[in-house]
Amino acid sequence: MSLGEILAANLLSPIVLAFALGVVTRLVRSEFQLPKDLYSALSIYLLFALGLKGGHELTHASFDAIAGPVLVTLLLGCVTPLTSFAVLRYAGNFSDADAAAIAAHYGSVSAVTFIAAQTFATSVGAVPEGFMPTLLTLLESPGIHIALAIGVLKVGAGQRSSGELLHEVLTGRTMILLVGGLLVGVLMGERGWSAVSPFFDSGFKGALTLFILEMGIVAADRLHELRRVGLFLLGFGVGMPLVHGVLGAVLGTFAGLSVGGATVLAAMAASASYIAAPPATRMTLPTANPTYSLTASLAITFPFNVVLGIPIYYQVALLLQGK
Amino acid sequence: MHTVPLTLITIVGEAVLAEPLIRALHALGVSGHTLSEARGQGSRGRRTGEIPGDNVRIETIVDAALADRIFALLAETYFPNYAVVAWSTAIQVVRGEKYVPPPRG
Repeated sequence: MSLGEILAANLLSPIVLAFALGVVTRLVRSEFQLPKDLYSALSIYLLFALGLKGGHELTHASFDAIAGPVLVTLLLGCVTPLTSFAVLRYAGNFSDADAAAIAAHYGSVSAVTFIAAQTFATSVGAVPEGFMPTLLTLLESPGIHIALAIGVLKVGAGQRSSGELLHEVLTGRTMILLVGGLLVGVLMGERGWSAVSPFFDSGFKGALTLFILEMGIVAADRLHELRRVGLFLLGFGVGMPLVHGVLGAVLGTFAGLSVGGATVLAAMAASASYIAAPPATRMTLPTANPTYSLTASLAITFPFNVVLGIPIYYQVALLLQGK
Repeated sequence: MHTVPLTLITIVGEAVLAEPLIRALHALGVSGHTLSEARGQGSRGRRTGEIPGDNVRIETIVDAALADRIFALLAETYFPNYAVVAWSTAIQVVRGEKYVPPPRG
């Protein structure tokens, strides 16, 4: 398939259509939104299912196959906050606090983008390696810490110690459900997985579609902020993911990942966190304006990745691997 | 019924503030608090609700001296950078002796 055909197919995928429906819901000023508790329950289901499935598949992976990808994932976790900070601070003239706060979001990872990338890669026949969720857990934390450390060095700490910050990020919902799910998945074995998979595997894509519908609403709520954040951040929200995505595809291919695995790693590197990073940033760098980081990650980068970015990273991975 | 004149402090602010604020209030010596979710809009506009999770409303009953110390803390640490509003109300409390610190010495 050509890039055009892949993009067209992606536009008609349930994920992108549900996201578009969410945006339309806001544009026509409907009062509809998912009840907060359902949104929360869906995110718990998705993260735990991801962990369980990843843990189950991790038992089939050899150490040799996973060592390279683990190293490049950690490398990406260290590089992406630095490139983001440098671009924002020196090309975009953002203040130290704002640049570090936005870099914390872009250095970390969006689990929903990860899931969307996995779903996309599987749907085009490039099934990613089973241990990808393990890599997701590794990428969550370093980016936030590196970017916030830069911010704290430059402008001084907010009202909390680095220990508190580390505790918050490592014990947040994403980490508990993903890492906990991975452990349960590894320990429960084949019998355990076949017992729970009807619930956690069969319902996964449906739940994701419903969750993405609400993401469309949340993103559309921020659309009116686009004018306030300025053209530079708009460009950053699209350009930075492309750079990080291509870097992810290159490093993933170098580490021996398949086309599907490299695509997913690229999407992880390209994505920006909007669950773990915002509260951590708000408390550590209180002078940073959260409108910038949240609008860029939620209203620009997330839709860009889901609609255009992921198919592009897939194409890059295909090219790199000569397929 | 016998009541004691005291001060009700109400603080409404960003949800991320709940934990540090409550810790700070107890460190100042409040004997308890009530935490509830809140929704609304203020001079910082939507900033208050930006981070997923509603705003919070924290209420605590204190004597006048402690009320002053709480306001001083808010003014110094939280007002400059966060969306927070706080006010005090004079109230009459049943079993109000609970909220009055015992005399020292």
